[in-house]
Amino acid sequence: MSYKPTIPIGPYHPLQEEPEFYKLVVDGEKVVDVDVRIGWNHRGIEKISESKSFDQSIFIVERICGICSSSHPITCVQAVEDIAGIEVPERALYIRSIIQELERLHSHMLWVGLAGHFLGYNTVFMWGWKYREPICDIMETVTGNRQNYAMLKVGGVRRDIEKEHVSYILTRLDEFLRQLDLLKGAVLDDPVIHARLKGVGILTKEKAVDYAALGPTARASGVDIDVRRDHPYAAYDRIKWNVITQSEGDVFAKTVVRILEMYESVSIIRQCLDDMPKGPIDSKPKDIPPGEGIGQVEAPRGECIHYIKSDGTNSPVRHKVRAPTYMNFPTFRETVIGQTVSDATIILAAIDPCYCCTERMLVVDTEDKDLMNAQGLIRLSQEKTRRLKDEMGIK
Amino acid sequence: MGIKEKILSRSIYVFHVSSGSCNNCDIELLDCLTPRYDIERFGIVLVGSVRHADALFCTGSTNRLCVPRIKKLYEQMPKPGFIVAWGACGSSRGLFKDSYNTDRPLDEVIPVDIYIPGCPPKPEAIIAGLVKLKEKILAGKKG
Repeated sequence: MSYKPTIPIGPYHPLQEEPEFYKLVVDGEKVVDVDVRIGWNHRGIEKISESKSFDQSIFIVERICGICSSSHPITCVQAVEDIAGIEVPERALYIRSIIQELERLHSHMLWVGLAGHFLGYNTVFMWGWKYREPICDIMETVTGNRQNYAMLKVGGVRRDIEKEHVSYILTRLDEFLRQLDLLKGAVLDDPVIHARLKGVGILTKEKAVDYAALGPTARASGVDIDVRRDHPYAAYDRIKWNVITQSEGDVFAKTVVRILEMYESVSIIRQCLDDMPKGPIDSKPKDIPPGEGIGQVEAPRGECIHYIKSDGTNSPVRHKVRAPTYMNFPTFRETVIGQTVSDATIILAAIDPCYCCTERMLVVDTEDKDLMNAQGLIRLSQEKTRRLKDEMGIK
Repeated sequence: MGIKEKILSRSIYVFHVSSGSCNNCDIELLDCLTPRYDIERFGIVLVGSVRHADALFCTGSTNRLCVPRIKKLYEQMPKPGFIVAWGACGSSRGLFKDSYNTDRPLDEVIPVDIYIPGCPPKPEAIIAGLVKLKEKILAGKKG
């Protein structure tokens, strides 16, 4: 049996809700196989949730992932509301939509920044994260915290969006939109980014369906799915918006989907703020009857599902969480095989698993006695961009 | 104040280790490095290897798989090395205190110098914590 050099990636993966471990098997520059393992960084959230009351378990699921810290609570409260058949006040539904879209904005912006970093565009990284700040400011004003918003409760939301907040949100959104236009131009019109991303890591429509890919990963391959439209929750069925799809399935298409989705999100937030009815924000439910419930939410990375079983007491008997990245990971294997090692980082990045894993990458090439860590891999990726720039004669 | 402390406090090189965190502390750490807060103006830079680091930023609830790795990182770190525990989880395991997979807090694994509480700590709190770290280095107190 011949020995194949491998690149272990992970297992600790700080920007990701489910840290995982990849092993890239390489033949020179080409990736020939990949082994994915998940289950690291396990904190036993489902079990902790089962020992807490329904009100407390929302705070636990909020801390599954820092970026999705409103998607998981919304899913969890929807599952509980599904058990008890609780009617949520209209105003609370609109507020949920607003929070969810603000979260999508900051998540996608963060993604664009990090993708830029891996391509060697540190300016895009710094811009992306700077332009994300207006969203964090809105979050801080409305919810009191930049992350972990604690806005959700069973039967409604915890805090109202005050009249004074609305004009502030709109001004900051305008500011964000101007910067987004700038960033969109800088990223999507750049010939080097076209050369780096087009045709790289293609996930065909058939494969996206086979692997049950979700969210922007699936939509970039032409699979027209979006929980917000297919199984409307919150206020998404009351406003007009479009599902963004692309047909190419490569990394560039995934970038386009995410950038265009940010425009949709801004439009959704504006409509919600306009149409938001007056009234209570909480239906104050008392008891949760025995039963089972499911919550579905379109998180920034795809569909997130919570299953909760209740036995009539005040805590869940079973709480199952399925985060979107769980479904998107296997597509990484499909897309990375046959690509070069310098593209592996951006292909992994494209499914938005959050890349801190790359900081723990280690290349051991036995033939050349070459030892390479995360910085080395990022350097490889950045050098490729530089080489392309030189070839194209761009300074 | 010796020359060692003076030089060390001017440019703290930092290695970031996440041990079962929810990302928020890690995002806020990166946020501190980007233009709005920019802790690089105090000479604080992220490095790729713990062997180059003066300080270790530990986020997360130190679950069982991470404990041996954190110990190893601490052993590899040049001394004096300063440990900063980030967020509620780093300081005390926070919400995950009762989990079966987090059996001890960070300060029982390695000696911690600075605690930055919060879930996640705001960038302002982080900067305040790092100023305290600087004072501690200048005072010549090894953690």
